[in-house]
Amino acid sequence: MTTPAATTMLEVRGLKKHFPAGGSLGGWRARGWVKAVDGVDFSIAVAETLGLVGESGCGKTTTTKILLLLERPTAGSIAFDGRDISELRGKDLLFYRQSVQAVFQDPYSSLSPRMRVDDIIAEPLEAQGRLSKKQIRDRVAESLELVGLRAEQGHLFPHEFSGGQRQRIAIARAVATQARLIILDEPVSALDVSIRAQIMTLLEDLQERLGLSYLFIGHDLATVTHISHRIAVMYLGKIVEIGDSQELAAKPRHPYTQALFAAALPTYPDDPKDELVVTGEVPSALNPPSGCRFHPRCPFAMPRCSEETPELRPIGGNDFVACFLYDQEAQPVERNGAAPASVPPPPSSGRGEQGR
Amino acid sequence: MAETLLTVRDLQTAYSSFGGKRIVRAVDGVSFTIDRGECLGLVGESGSGKTTTCLSILRLLPRGALITGGSVDLDGEDVMALSEAEMHRVRGKRIAMILQDPMASLNPLLTIFDQVAEPAYYHLGARAGALRDRVLSLLNAVRIPSPEVRMSEFPHQMSGGMRQRAVGAIAMSGGPELIIADEPTTNLDVTIQAQYLNMLKDLQRRTGVSLLFITHNLGIVAKMCDRVAVMYAGRIVEQGPVRELFNNPRHPYTRALLSSIPKIGNKDPLYAIPGQPPDLADLPTGCSFHPRCPQAWDRCRTDEPSDLVVQENHRARCWLVDRSAAHGANVEWASGGLNGAVESGLPAAPVAEP
Repeated sequence: MTTPAATTMLEVRGLKKHFPAGGSLGGWRARGWVKAVDGVDFSIAVAETLGLVGESGCGKTTTTKILLLLERPTAGSIAFDGRDISELRGKDLLFYRQSVQAVFQDPYSSLSPRMRVDDIIAEPLEAQGRLSKKQIRDRVAESLELVGLRAEQGHLFPHEFSGGQRQRIAIARAVATQARLIILDEPVSALDVSIRAQIMTLLEDLQERLGLSYLFIGHDLATVTHISHRIAVMYLGKIVEIGDSQELAAKPRHPYTQALFAAALPTYPDDPKDELVVTGEVPSALNPPSGCRFHPRCPFAMPRCSEETPELRPIGGNDFVACFLYDQEAQPVERNGAAPASVPPPPSSGRGEQGR
Repeated sequence: MAETLLTVRDLQTAYSSFGGKRIVRAVDGVSFTIDRGECLGLVGESGSGKTTTCLSILRLLPRGALITGGSVDLDGEDVMALSEAEMHRVRGKRIAMILQDPMASLNPLLTIFDQVAEPAYYHLGARAGALRDRVLSLLNAVRIPSPEVRMSEFPHQMSGGMRQRAVGAIAMSGGPELIIADEPTTNLDVTIQAQYLNMLKDLQRRTGVSLLFITHNLGIVAKMCDRVAVMYAGRIVEQGPVRELFNNPRHPYTRALLSSIPKIGNKDPLYAIPGQPPDLADLPTGCSFHPRCPQAWDRCRTDEPSDLVVQENHRARCWLVDRSAAHGANVEWASGGLNGAVESGLPAAPVAEP
């Protein structure tokens, strides 16, 4: 296998998904296109958690649907373990489906109320068709214990469990197939505050023990920052910034990322707040603004921002940002390229000269 | 000293089901006060009795729920003693409510104007031009852009954030003294939530309305509230000024909650509270938090803690407060002297940054 780096689990390049809007079904006479995902690049390493944040309508869910093969991408490629998934057929495709699992937000609707927990966890294993009945039984019991439930609890129905326990069942179902990448779509936001920490700790523990990769989608920045190694920030179908989570949280570069973190709630009543509350709302993806899609809400917008679309460029270390404010020192896009020696100051400090 | 607007004393509300065979004491002896112009946060997990407390204050409980004791005093008037007709003059006029889901609290068949105008029409007697002016100023106050156009629109034409603003305008319309906001930002995006909270705070500053903010999010409390009351299993386990409670939490549940929230810029492992919230129909004996409490001792299992005073305005229902008071000293929380606080991994009370 000729993988660029042996540790890359998933590599997404130029991913696009455009939905037809108006007109007839099928889109052959569409009046417009909703560019839900419009050129997204990211990669996830083995045993790494990539956090994906952004407001509703930014394309997070569409991205995950494409990864789960529930939607066909309009353009772009996805490589899993070094192989392009669009070329997978038969057994290989089945293997991909087993290797990429998902845990959804609401554990009340993601578990069938008419199936016993054992059957819920066994179903993907049966579909796999490689294991004997006994092996499946053992695997189910093992998965339940892995997530902190008892194997005897497997004969119960989902309604007999609390929200946190149900989410454990959903996680057990995901790990039972020996998944390697788990897509976590807001896995804790439907849970009670005191239960969230239990599930987050469980996820971190499983990652360490099984070497799982996670794509963690969330809107609570503190949660995402806590669990992720790297964070990608999406806005209207594009990634505007991607970088190391602690670095990104401490020093957000893109004005949108800055606004997101400024809008995050304080931890203590006296926390200093940098007030950068953006005005307005996320525009429609059917008719996105020209140039940089954030420019109508951006406090630092320049004339150039409405004309050209900024590319995602490295700005030092593992961090990439798509914003003209960082253009002077940015290098052309090249992964693992030499990082610029100095990182440009955040726009708030040099607003005057950079403004015009 | 600010004037007290609302006094809730020993409120008890129970839900009965199966013909009275199962009694759930959702609110069990809740007492608090709200001053004029103050924002009180009521924090707790689902099922802790936050919403039932508020519905009891407004006497809007569903069938099967009954207020079994306690009193609610609104500026000298006993709300519990009012007739249903008199309650109509309280709801919407003196106490307004903002609910969680704006789509469910707006009527899809009426324009925003009709809905914002209704409380002003009935409670303030505003008509024609005055009514229109009032609606426009309310929509401006909640920062709905181009209100002249927006007010003739229907709820489905607005985004989630705009709808929740419209609900805020309806709440303000009757000129209330108290607004009860029940998780108003749960369905909103982060930047929209920040805009909404800032708008609400600004509105409060300008009009002097009191706020009772129900939430499970301690971050919202830190941003919005002057005082906070933490609920667990139908009781307020700790209440006090926001700064005092965040910096010096005395109830183990409050401390556990504070240490279980991830913080930006701090990657320390989270403290996971063991176990599940209790079944309200079958509460543990003694302190209802004792099965999950790392510092529980014999007395917690048998006696229910009374509301103990930590210091002025700060009270906690925990025997540890009593114990430290008995020793006449501020007992160090994680010193190890108290049954296994260290072994359990519960971090020490967070200390204020210098």
